[in-house]
Amino acid sequence: MAVRVQQEDFDFGAEADAFAEGRADAGAVVTFTGLVRDRPDGGLREMEIEHYPAMTERAIAAIEAEAVSRWNLVDSLILHRYGRLRPGARIMMVATAAPHRADAFAAAEFLMDYLKSRAPFWKKEVTDAGAEWVAAQAEDEAALGRW
Amino acid sequence: MKLTVLYFAWVRERIGLPRETIETDAATVADLVEELRGREPRYELAFADLSALRVAVDQELADFDAPVRDVTEIAFFPPMTGG
Repeated sequence: MAVRVQQEDFDFGAEADAFAEGRADAGAVVTFTGLVRDRPDGGLREMEIEHYPAMTERAIAAIEAEAVSRWNLVDSLILHRYGRLRPGARIMMVATAAPHRADAFAAAEFLMDYLKSRAPFWKKEVTDAGAEWVAAQAEDEAALGRW
Repeated sequence: MKLTVLYFAWVRERIGLPRETIETDAATVADLVEELRGREPRYELAFADLSALRVAVDQELADFDAPVRDVTEIAFFPPMTGG
């Protein structure tokens, strides 16, 4: 189980390889990578991601512990960046390893849903017209209800 | 009682600082919010709609009726937008 919160970019392939390396105990590895999505008009200059350093890793570790208690996982990795990111940049990744794929997929989705609205990150979109905080979506909150 | 109060995202921008130390006798987070609101218009603006705010007490998500006694750090912020 690992949680990393960092400003620097990460190599998705290398992270996924390292995570899956020598996993004889897991028949399934699921990975998800989130990228900075441009605005429909292509006008996003950058995405600023702020976080609450003293709380972030704890909050994510608690979400991870909840996933471990619900599904049969042999390992998980949660990596989330902060700072100023360009459109297309990697923001975060989640990896889960489990004996069977159903657990790996479900746990990865659970982690994503909770990271969106229970980990202390805030996104701000910067465009030529100015900067605006991204509003939390009701559907993100509603997504927690399915767990 | 001395408390560190932290502000994030637009709460930080409206208040104009990321953190401050506050001397307070507030019993709950809601009492502390009332106290802050009474200070200056920028606090009134930041705390105008509590339904748009979340609070963490000693780095754990909490409710506005959470007690403040023996707490060292309270953070106010909008709903989180990670992932």
